Amino acid sequence: MTAHDPSLARPNTPVTTYRYDEFDAAFVRERVAEFREQVRRRLEGSLTEDEFRPFRLMNGLYLQLHAYMLRVAIPYGTLTARQMRRLADIADKYDRGYGHFTTRQNLQYNWPKLIDTPDILEALAEVEMHAIQTSGNCIRNVTADHFSGVAPDEIEDPRATAEFLRQWSSAHPEFSFLPRKFKIAVTGSEHDRAAIMVHDVGLRIMTNAAGDVGYQVVVGGGLGRTPFVGKVLRDYLPRADLLAYLEAVMRVYNRFGRRDNKYKARIKILVHEKGIEEVRAAIEAEFVAMDRGVFSYDPTEFERIAAFFTPPPYEALPAESAKLRAERVAHPAFGNFVEVNAAPHRVPGYAIVTVSLKPIGGIPGDATSQQMRVLAEASERFGFGELRISHEQNVILPHVKQDDLFDLWKLLDGAGLATANAGLVSDIISCPGLDYCALATARSIPIAQAISKRFSDLSRQRRIGKLGIKISGCINACGHHHVGAIGILGLEKKGQESYQITLGGDPTFSASIGEILGPGVTAEQVPDVIEHIVDFYLAERQEGETFIETWRRIGHARFKDVLRREGEDGADI
Amino acid sequence: MALISEGRFIEDAWRRLADEEALPRSGKVIVSLARLEHAVAHLEAGVALGVLAPNTTEPEALAAALPRLSLISIVFPAFADGRGFSLARLIRRAGFTGELRASGRLLADQYRHALGCGFDTIEIPDDLAERQDESQWQAERAAHARTYQRGFVAPGSILEARRKAAAK
Ligand code: HEM
Ligand code: SF4
Repeated sequence: MTAHDPSLARPNTPVTTYRYDEFDAAFVRERVAEFREQVRRRLEGSLTEDEFRPFRLMNGLYLQLHAYMLRVAIPYGTLTARQMRRLADIADKYDRGYGHFTTRQNLQYNWPKLIDTPDILEALAEVEMHAIQTSGNCIRNVTADHFSGVAPDEIEDPRATAEFLRQWSSAHPEFSFLPRKFKIAVTGSEHDRAAIMVHDVGLRIMTNAAGDVGYQVVVGGGLGRTPFVGKVLRDYLPRADLLAYLEAVMRVYNRFGRRDNKYKARIKILVHEKGIEEVRAAIEAEFVAMDRGVFSYDPTEFERIAAFFTPPPYEALPAESAKLRAERVAHPAFGNFVEVNAAPHRVPGYAIVTVSLKPIGGIPGDATSQQMRVLAEASERFGFGELRISHEQNVILPHVKQDDLFDLWKLLDGAGLATANAGLVSDIISCPGLDYCALATARSIPIAQAISKRFSDLSRQRRIGKLGIKISGCINACGHHHVGAIGILGLEKKGQESYQITLGGDPTFSASIGEILGPGVTAEQVPDVIEHIVDFYLAERQEGETFIETWRRIGHARFKDVLRREGEDGADI
Repeated sequence: MALISEGRFIEDAWRRLADEEALPRSGKVIVSLARLEHAVAHLEAGVALGVLAPNTTEPEALAAALPRLSLISIVFPAFADGRGFSLARLIRRAGFTGELRASGRLLADQYRHALGCGFDTIEIPDDLAERQDESQWQAERAAHARTYQRGFVAPGSILEARRKAAAK
């Protein structure tokens, strides 16, 4: 089977996603069979819960507050219409008719039963999906830019690298019992949409002076209790060295990463405690010592994978659609949708559409099975049957003809999927928090809902412009609050939920960790505080300045000051 | 202690020697890392020598003794502590061809990983062996299928298989 096997071609069948060959299919099936057996042995008693735990986690199964939770991988965020339909069917059959898209390009089901999970995994395997390594102390599902292959500023589609790494990391004999989880993200553009600076390893595709494509390797970024921006390990790593070099990184981490304290077990702590020079020296020494012939990179294999990610059969179109121009004028609501949710495409006449899973007052990232089916249909009718999941918890249609945008919008609107708020204040990233998560110290979903309602006026949101609000229900930072322009962290203080606000976080190449605004505020106060911050920004901003730019220019102290003045004596902010 | 080799529980021919015990004149003995140098120097040539190595051992610490060693037993303090897998790889890389043993509360589910990293035998406590009978180890051994990775001990790598399939 090749990427362009004509027998597979039907109109709008995705041609830009990796297809399993017999070996991939067998591999995933073996993993399902193995897990079925582990569940059986757990129920029968030959595995204790402690022993079973890492294996169920390696298969994406958590034990949560109310029930089990299954985390399904969407490798590098790419999904076909058929796969999306399957996710919908699983939601209906084994869950409560919805799923939750996460910041790590995964989908979580909140209510599966242990006994059903092998069947769910089998249903996923049938459509070339799995839940392998979406959790546990192993190399996690590799994530990538959700605009891969369509971004105008792209050097190379990062999905080939991500798939290459997905295979290499799957059931790795040596690195399945690491000190802690290990997250790798890849980007291939001049703009980082994959947050590579806050991953254990971030890979940035780049070319060297000779024009060869390779990687900048960043290590030791991460959020959680001790957030760090990653450090450059190698300015330029030739592609031929990718796997060998990562083996060296992993081996050094596996041997020397701390295991005495799970909060200090991430590679970011190793980098912090030993210093980047010492870590680099150890990795380079291992890289030199290893038998690279054995790990040698196979260019044929890389090219085989890369061949799946070639562009779909685009039509030759004018750069701007006259039809679209007229429709935008005739239908202002549609015009706003295009302005906010459509992004420039590298091919003339096309657009990248962000479908917001953040309706005003909704639960960020949740999609009903009905919505998933509408999204599948939308992708088939208007986008070569391909979808993406973004780390902002939205769904992307990567190849929509500008001429089709109006029909697409009508279809989405009918399913409550046309909220024109991509990148705006109500496009909030939020973890599940106390509503689902066993680790949470506070709610996050209701906070997101309250802020979203407070800013429900979309024209006001457009005036405010791009502004990322990110909320986590505890210090683990699943909602990426540290890198939110406005970050909100839910804590528990004396039995009360308290929210700590940070400003100035940035997940891109210019990454920074947000700074704390002041003492925590109550849940009720959060929307007010956010509003004050936003108003202050609007008053201070210069022409064309984003929130983060204003914040960087005038400084954190000014933001702090204004809030002190706003609160009567400052004590409550 | 129970010993697993090729998916079966077998009799252990090796004996762990306490540090204060005298070196024997015959048989197969496993000494501590601390006593290794002494054992290499004084053990009679006919006695097979093994060493019990903590998973934090630097491979260099074994280098001098390597030609004399017939067995290296790497300790897994907990089954989720994967350092032993990396150490095994380094020891194999250093050229050790004798028996490589994993010792600790390893699970049958990790047999694949252990075999892949170059272990030959697994030594587990009896209570664990009771819950994980031979059939489980055999099933796991049978499931030790092709891997995506190369350079590991496996029935073969997927990449090689792909290459062969493509060449046809
Ligand atoms: C509901 C069950 C969940 C549990 C038990 C959980 C657990 C954790 C823990 C313990 C950490 C801290 C890791 C560390 O710094 O050492 C963490 C971080 C993180 N989780 Fe979750 N999480 C959950 C859900 C989610 C969801 C829904 C998302 C996405 C929306 C997510 C994405 C992340 C991210 C992006 C980080 C921070 C990145 C990093 O430190 O590298 N998690 N999670
Ligand atoms: S940030 Fe905390 S509360 Fe939110 S999902 Fe992660 S672990 Fe749970």
